[in-house]
Amino acid sequence: MSSEPRSLPADHYLKAGWDLKSWLLTTDHKRIGLLYLMSITLMFAIGSLYAGIVRWNLLVPDGSQMSAEAYNKAFTGHGVVMVFFFLIPSIPATLGNFLIPLMIGAKDLAFPRINLLSWYIYVIGAALTMWALLSGGLETGWTFYTPYSTVFAESNVEVAAIGIFIAGFSSILTGLNFIVTIHKMRAPGLTWFRLPLFVWAHYATSIIQVLGTPVVAITILLVALERIFHFGFFDPNRGGDPILFQHLFWFYSHPAVYIMILPSMGVISEIVTCFSRKRIFGYSFIAMSSLAIAAIGFLVWAHHMYVTGMAVYSAMVFSALTYLVAVPSAIKTFNWTATLFRGSVKWDTPMIYVFCFIGLFLIGGLTGLFLGNLGVDVHLTDTYFVVAHFHYIMVGGAIMGYLGALHFWWPKITGRKYIESWGKVSSLLVFVGFNLTFFPQFVLGYLGMPRRYHAYPEEFQILNVLSTAGATILGFGYLFPFSYLTHSIFRGEPAGDNPWGAKGLEWTTQSPPLTHNFDEIPVVTEEPYDYASPPKEAARG
Amino acid sequence: MAEVGAQAHGTHHPALQHHFTSLEQQREASSLGMWVFIAQEVLFFGGLFAAYTVYRSMYPDAFSAGSHHLSWKVGFANTLVLIGSSLTMAMGVYSAAIGKKNRVVGFILATILLGSVFLSVKYFEYGEKIRPCFGDGAHTGCLVPGARFDASALHLEGPEAGHAQIFFSLYFGMTGLHALHMIIGVPILLVIAHAAWRGRYSPEYHTPVELVGLYWHFVDIVWIFLFPLLYLIGSH
Amino acid sequence: MTPAFPLAPEQASSVAGEVDALFLFILAVTGLFAIGIWIALFYFAIRYRRRSEDDRPAEIHGSLVLELAWTIIPFLLMSAMFVWGAKVYFHLNRPPDDAMTVSVVGKRWMWKLQHPTGQREINELHVPVGRAVKLVITSEDTIHSFFVPAFRIKKDAVPGRYNMAWFRATKTGRYHLFCAEYCGTEHSKMIGRIVVMEPEEYQVWLAGGPAPESPVLAGEKLFTELNCITCHRPDSAGRGPVLNGIFGRPVALASGERVVADEAYVRESILSPAAKVVAGYQPVMPTYLGQASEEQLIALIAYIESLQVPSEGAPADAPVPSRAKGARSR
Repeated sequence: MSSEPRSLPADHYLKAGWDLKSWLLTTDHKRIGLLYLMSITLMFAIGSLYAGIVRWNLLVPDGSQMSAEAYNKAFTGHGVVMVFFFLIPSIPATLGNFLIPLMIGAKDLAFPRINLLSWYIYVIGAALTMWALLSGGLETGWTFYTPYSTVFAESNVEVAAIGIFIAGFSSILTGLNFIVTIHKMRAPGLTWFRLPLFVWAHYATSIIQVLGTPVVAITILLVALERIFHFGFFDPNRGGDPILFQHLFWFYSHPAVYIMILPSMGVISEIVTCFSRKRIFGYSFIAMSSLAIAAIGFLVWAHHMYVTGMAVYSAMVFSALTYLVAVPSAIKTFNWTATLFRGSVKWDTPMIYVFCFIGLFLIGGLTGLFLGNLGVDVHLTDTYFVVAHFHYIMVGGAIMGYLGALHFWWPKITGRKYIESWGKVSSLLVFVGFNLTFFPQFVLGYLGMPRRYHAYPEEFQILNVLSTAGATILGFGYLFPFSYLTHSIFRGEPAGDNPWGAKGLEWTTQSPPLTHNFDEIPVVTEEPYDYASPPKEAARG
Repeated sequence: MAEVGAQAHGTHHPALQHHFTSLEQQREASSLGMWVFIAQEVLFFGGLFAAYTVYRSMYPDAFSAGSHHLSWKVGFANTLVLIGSSLTMAMGVYSAAIGKKNRVVGFILATILLGSVFLSVKYFEYGEKIRPCFGDGAHTGCLVPGARFDASALHLEGPEAGHAQIFFSLYFGMTGLHALHMIIGVPILLVIAHAAWRGRYSPEYHTPVELVGLYWHFVDIVWIFLFPLLYLIGSH
Repeated sequence: MTPAFPLAPEQASSVAGEVDALFLFILAVTGLFAIGIWIALFYFAIRYRRRSEDDRPAEIHGSLVLELAWTIIPFLLMSAMFVWGAKVYFHLNRPPDDAMTVSVVGKRWMWKLQHPTGQREINELHVPVGRAVKLVITSEDTIHSFFVPAFRIKKDAVPGRYNMAWFRATKTGRYHLFCAEYCGTEHSKMIGRIVVMEPEEYQVWLAGGPAPESPVLAGEKLFTELNCITCHRPDSAGRGPVLNGIFGRPVALASGERVVADEAYVRESILSPAAKVVAGYQPVMPTYLGQASEEQLIALIAYIESLQVPSEGAPADAPVPSRAKGARSR
């Protein structure tokens, strides 16, 4: 462990200018990471408000809490904001941006100005979409199925579609930047198989971002064009095929879910090693499984479409591949668990989030096996079972990883510690609230309650009330980290270079780091997670 | 890994950005970045090519009729123009590599000229299909998909007219997206030509010229796929 | 599963039991793994908790044997899940030959159903218990989805095409019918019920109410009104193919392909006649797009299906159960 620090370092990246211009025109990857952090936190708050409206409506079965239009706009707003403006950027744009150059011993990403551009593109896309959502709303669902979205929807489809289209380029540019950076800017001695698994995870994620996003971009653009110019591309009355839209949409949107989970998996590898003080079990297997998930993930999209009337043999191929893509995720889970074996496990907040992640991602991933199954999916698709499944992965998995990451690297980013007991209490609240919200939804789904229902049969009410109660607890749970982390920026105890005694090049720098990260590019000689040898001192001077 | 070349120590090249350790690393990173961008572009156009493949296999006759209606001669001429512009672009990159500043400027300007010719021809091609859609009356010859689409010129009626609209949606969509890429490319070429004229490039450093060249060649290749798929369906 | 806290809908169809069994199999396998890992996590977290800052954990890189084991064993288990699931899916997509055909048209925001004998229903479907029922499903506007939880069946209603689902109800009762694909404002009101009755009660129900027009007779009338009869004559003198006996059989097309003349093919040929012209005939049939509603199309199809080749003694167009296997999927 590091010696007790007394104060923050004299010079660091946060001191390089206090005015607006130094932030809005920055090319420092760390500041851009923070710009993203602020933006996505705002979007998460908005998405959560929409979720609150949805759960509020579902307290009573007859839909009397609000009109059907209002409800339909609420669940659409929740999905659009959370998927495109929170989950997809979340870890990569905040922590990926901040950490990847530090982790590979570089002074910045390959293209710092493009990095800043990607943030501005994100903000413009978000602003346009929010304008669409607030000035009339959108009620197509985040999936924009045709011909509903192109012909029948009476809402701001075009504007929202264009906003999402624009935001897609932010994702593409971030991915492009990471791929080039990881290929070309690793420090001397840092071979591919010495990279932290966080970097491997982001590499795989970036490949998906670069190859998948353009397809949904062009698809959503076609929807906008069809609305504006009445092309009839997906209109069956003119020979258009509405199912073609689904194929094009899911070709991206399935790999998109791996964009949302892979970075979190990278985080887990970093935290579990530090807090077991042990190297990762099966390093190359975890690294390769990230690539396998990225590759196979592009081949399974039609498992969202088993009941559309597709040919039985095609459906079989997609189901088989869906089971195949589950294997690498299983491999990771076993490896993380095995890392704890004969380790020295410390129960700090980041590690508690790791336990939450593994436990809940397990449920989310395993319920995917039900949905990938042809016989059972006919009954379960388009019900609350699906809703529960993906929330277990997105919230129980991705967001737990995100919170764990925030807590783990908070001292590096801010130079300060948060109050540990608050961290533990919040994680408990989040865990309990989350399970109470979403576990009943598995039962609701099997019982037959369809998705996107404003009103529902009375017999489903108890489970819905439980779910809303859980959501309330979860909401409070999320407020706590927001407050104590913000508080720590001003009042937190200085953390020192390496408060956790962690391995990794980022922990050899001061906390917070200098603007240019390293005075001298380090030379790497160790394997990753080499916890048997003592942590390096921070390189100074 | 980081090649610490002679240029990086002491007086480093004015074009070297501070976060790179050498000009070589910067050049490799920029080049890889452009290739990744092109990969993304392939997928971007790929969505439209996928839709084209699906609809053409469903409606071969309507696609054939629509394709016959396009002027393959004009399309072919435009193809030659664009290939010519790729040639001048390649010559521009080569001239930069051997340090001939004036030739770089000349070849890039020639590329811009040829690109502009291509875009002008497109303007007229589009014009004759779009102009009839305005105003009142019969809209004969309007080929913009939508309420005013006139399928009589294609000798189609009923559902085939709808299928022909899909062909023209793809025609305008794919060539329009392609044209947009050229419209974006031209000002970028101007910027590069200006920088070349100001003496910014040398045999050691002419990466921007190479990258723009890559981009331009890619735009050309997309057209080489578009031309036969849209203009040359069936026999003429 | 006590009645107070049900975990599954009733099993009211011949396939529901198998779907539930498959679900329980997957639940057992996944549950075992999940519990196993949770126990391992808890145990390791406690047993190996940090006791002092001088702890020296073991240096373990990994184990190829373990990696292979926990790759191959899950893969094998998942293969079993896949195979069983595919078998059930196949079963769900292949209706028995003796199924009675009910047409379903989804429209914002109601389900319109029609029995083979002509009775129409809105948001309700009365069926006899034990009889296989084949649903030919389409939509007039957006995509909907026909979902009966108690039967464990679901199929999208897609405008411009026919999709097929089938069930054999095994218990009398009333069961939820839901629309399961978001279709706009009143999506959650597009619900109804399937009413399964004893066969005698079903006959009584059929006979009650105003005498319905059988779709076959309605189709016969349309066939004349729309002048189909001028080209599609029962002798070979017409300019169009003879339709008697064509339904459910393979047809050779001018392109060289062979297709089965099922509901989807007949519908397409009425709306888009040039798409699949029969070999030996000219593409001269005009389109009826815009001249026949979805329900009229269903009537025409029912009539054409009823046209059998005259056998000794039987009238030329006596309705005979269709031998079609079901609407072809793309």
